[in-house]
Amino acid sequence: MENWIRIATLDDIPALGSRVVKTPQGDIALFRTADDQVFALHDRCPHKGGPLSQGMVFGHTVACPLHGWNINLESGEAVAPDVGCTKKLATRLEAGEVYLLA
Amino acid sequence: MQKLKLVMVGNGMAGVRTLEELLKLEPDLYDITVFGAEPYPNYNRIMLSPVLAGEQEIQDIILNDLDWYAQHNITLHLNKKVVRIDRQSKTVHAEDGTSASYDRLLLATGSKPFILPVPGKELDGVIGYRDIHDTHAMIETAKQYRHAVVIGGGLLGLEAANGLALRGMDVTVVHLMPWLMERQLDQVSAQMLQRSLEAKGLKFRLGTQTESLLGEGRVQAIRFKDGTEIPADLVVMAVGIRPDTALAASAGVHCDRGVVVDDTMQTYAPGIYAVGECAAHRGIAYGLVAPLFEQAKVCANHLARLGIARYQGSVTSTKLKVTGIDLFSAGDFSGGEGTDEVVLHDAAGGVYKKLVLRDDTLIGAVMVGDTKDGAWYFQLIRDGKNVADMRDHLMFGQSHLGNTGHQGQDSAAAMPDEMEVCGCNGVCKGTIVKAVKEQGLFTLDEVRKHTKASASCGSCTGLVEQILASTLGGAYAAQTGKAKPLCGCTALTHEEVRKSIVDEQLLSIPQVMQQLNWSTPNGCASCRPALNYYLICAWPRAAKDDPQSRLINERAHGNIQKDGTFSVVPRMHGGVTTPEQLRRIADVADKYQVRTVKVTGGQRIDLFGIKKEDLPQVWADLDMPSGYAYGKSLRTVKTCVGSEWCRFGVQDSTQMGIDIEHALDRMWTPHKFKIAVSGCPRNCAEAAIKDVGIIGVDSGWEIYVGGNGGIKTEVAQFLVKVKTREEVMEYVGAFTQLYREEARYLDRTVHYIERVGMDHIKQRVVEDAAGRKAMYDRLLFALEGAQDPWAKQNLNPREYAPLTL
Ligand code: SRM
Ligand SMILES: Cc1cc2nc3c(=O)[nH]c(=O)nc-3n(C[C@H](O)[C@H](O)[C@H](O)COP(=O)(O)OP(=O)(O)OC[C@H]3O[C@@H](n4cnc5c(N)ncnc54)[C@H](O)[C@@H]3O)c2cc1C
Ligand code: SF4
Ligand code: FES
Repeated sequence: MENWIRIATLDDIPALGSRVVKTPQGDIALFRTADDQVFALHDRCPHKGGPLSQGMVFGHTVACPLHGWNINLESGEAVAPDVGCTKKLATRLEAGEVYLLA
Repeated sequence: MQKLKLVMVGNGMAGVRTLEELLKLEPDLYDITVFGAEPYPNYNRIMLSPVLAGEQEIQDIILNDLDWYAQHNITLHLNKKVVRIDRQSKTVHAEDGTSASYDRLLLATGSKPFILPVPGKELDGVIGYRDIHDTHAMIETAKQYRHAVVIGGGLLGLEAANGLALRGMDVTVVHLMPWLMERQLDQVSAQMLQRSLEAKGLKFRLGTQTESLLGEGRVQAIRFKDGTEIPADLVVMAVGIRPDTALAASAGVHCDRGVVVDDTMQTYAPGIYAVGECAAHRGIAYGLVAPLFEQAKVCANHLARLGIARYQGSVTSTKLKVTGIDLFSAGDFSGGEGTDEVVLHDAAGGVYKKLVLRDDTLIGAVMVGDTKDGAWYFQLIRDGKNVADMRDHLMFGQSHLGNTGHQGQDSAAAMPDEMEVCGCNGVCKGTIVKAVKEQGLFTLDEVRKHTKASASCGSCTGLVEQILASTLGGAYAAQTGKAKPLCGCTALTHEEVRKSIVDEQLLSIPQVMQQLNWSTPNGCASCRPALNYYLICAWPRAAKDDPQSRLINERAHGNIQKDGTFSVVPRMHGGVTTPEQLRRIADVADKYQVRTVKVTGGQRIDLFGIKKEDLPQVWADLDMPSGYAYGKSLRTVKTCVGSEWCRFGVQDSTQMGIDIEHALDRMWTPHKFKIAVSGCPRNCAEAAIKDVGIIGVDSGWEIYVGGNGGIKTEVAQFLVKVKTREEVMEYVGAFTQLYREEARYLDRTVHYIERVGMDHIKQRVVEDAAGRKAMYDRLLFALEGAQDPWAKQNLNPREYAPLTL
């Protein structure tokens, strides 16, 4: 069964920024892009585990704070020529509330 | 929506590169159709020389295989020559009747070898040197025949001659001019080259004009104007190329030396573009790939309808791809009125170097034997950099390889494959060579993207460039184009962007991006921090600082560590602390179980391993200001004990340092900014390797600027000597403001001064008293009311507090 959990309001996340969500399974990075879409990825860069939540967001991409890999927020895939993938989670935005699919 | 139709005629290096650039920008805008007269997909024409020389095979030099075209849904018509363009109905027609209609047409037909109009030119065995077909013909001929004559002693002719000789032929090079490669070499270097080639078995007839080719069916001999004849079973004409404009001209597209294009690569015919050797830009049709690739980028930008790029011509450089011969030439090497020549000639050692200077800038260079600094000279030429300060050692090359961490290695070609080149990313030479060959990389940027070599600290850039150059041979011309754009999101340079911010009073990043037609919606991790700095530097307080455009360290006011925790470095002005501060630091270290407490190289204390969510409380408990150890900002002001205690001290360096640190605290700069103050010339504070170094002397203070103790150690240069504390403040402040206003983002002072020259700094800071005061005032204005980022009221709780489920 689908289990959507309310996490935050859209306003809790700065535009072109992110928040960390602490969970028992590890940290999740919640991003908000300029067009007010919300994406969620595991907070670990496929390169050396850098915390993606601390990176810079542009377009639908985040640049890892440690060595600058670019990760696509929609797919969790590293942007070529880098290769790797971070697990993504489904998000839903409804009336300014952000939900995560657990 | 119906896609637009793009048809490209000519499936060569410039055309296909344009498509690659276009697909990067707008993968879905066009249905693309390509016509190529040759039966091969796009290959690296440059590498035909190594193929002829037997060093590579045809399959090694394919750049885009058939799969590539299929993957990008490109309709490819190979072996089909386009013979007619119908501009009315916007359709092109190939020889065999295939046709395609277009909305945009791209002409990339390259050029044709020029065939001398002498009797006998139609005989079998008389060919040009341009494509795979010609190369095969030469290889086959070499198996059966003995005598080859190459007409033309330029780059192409010599490479052909070398290849044929390696294939066992007896080769004579016939050249009209008194020396070889006269457009790239002066007489001395050409003669050295000739001797090296003679040692490889080539023969030369210089100053010789061809009268006719003799033979029945197949060529048998060549006769010269002086009446002499020599046997020839193969004649390769390499006397020049002619832009292939036949198709364009027949369709009434304006041609003059080439298909005439403007700075956007558009021809005079609406909807028709041209790139590559067939195009004439400002009267020049280029014959080397580097400028053509630059054209490709600009053309793609316009085809993608971004409409911001301009091609403004290129400076080119040349290397001869004959294994075992080192030769490099760039720019204007002929000298003449108003120029100076610096020449080093070691005839016995086979080394010749000539540098040509005009008004303290390098305008040309020729090198034989020792070409390892070619890329560096070429960069100096293109940057038009002022070389007054290094004039006396310019000749001896750069050793720009950074002098630490690379074992002083300076000959890329001699390096073994497993030797590490990029210490930051752990990339070995072999990896770079492999990527260059297999993925067809041509530029430093591409190597950075694909291998990450030189993508981090950049100290190995020189070495990577050399490896690139030695792998590609002549295909390499350190990225062309005078001014580098700020980043991939714009064609504008740092200077152009800054000027617009000031002139047009732009106050926010979105405003800049809109006004200057940024090609990406929110920029990238390179341009956003730069723009943020340029804005707050130009408009203190009026432009709003954008935390989302700062990298994590500056956004969170701490240094991120590899495990995602942060370090905390409080300010200790001038490196002076108190028992009270130390007690608080010790308490914090206990309370937050700090694993490492370290004294930094900057005379203060670093606490490592703090969790991000604890940062605000750690700062509150410390009750000390931020040390900005994380920022492109004023870092430390190191001091020595000075006259207060030291038996040699002549000035109170400690107090001076404390005063300066208080005055310049909270200052943002293009890169980090470090100062040191010593109380006497023994210089215990190491002022000579700081951005600003101040040394106390009996009669006052000496001020030095542009030192660096990092990747490449640079000794600071003397700026001025002053008497009073107030003067020190004013001169240091003015220099700092000049750096803030003129340096490119991420240039340390040493790089900035290298670019503008020390004379410029002296003129602005020392000679122009009114200007100096004005700069110092602007700095004070910018710093007015700057707040400590660690103070509770300045913190943004959203940045630190995590969310929970
Ligand atoms: C902590 C410290 C080492 C130490 O334990 O002593 C240090 C640590 C780092 N240095 Fe440094 N540098 C430290 C003094 C220096 C010095 C010595 C000095 O300041 O007198 C230098 C040479 C002087 C100079 O800058 O010219 C120095 C030259 C560098 C460089 C090379 C800069 C250059 O332009 O060549 C880098 C790389 C960079 O900035 O891109 C660097 C980068 C770094 C970074 C920021 C690397 C990084 O990106 O993570 C390190 C951060 C560690 C952290 O989290 O705190 N660090 N670094 C020193 C902090 C001083 C302070 O109190 O603020
Ligand atoms: C042997 C050799 C060595 C070289 N070495 C170097 C070097 O070291 N460094 C360097 O920078 N440059 C070098 N060059 C030059 C470099 O290869 C050219 O500058 C570059 O290939 C030009 O690219 P282009 O796309 O303009 O033309 P091309 O690559 O020639 O492509 C044009 C294509 O269009 C096709 N075509 C023409 N007319 C039609 C038509 N009507 N219909 C369909 N197709 C058509 C042609 O068959 C050709 O395939 C060398 C060239 C040669 C031949
Ligand atoms: S502190 Fe400086 S020298 Fe030491 S590892 Fe880090 S960057 Fe390198
Ligand atoms: S850990 Fe993300 S780029 Fe290295």
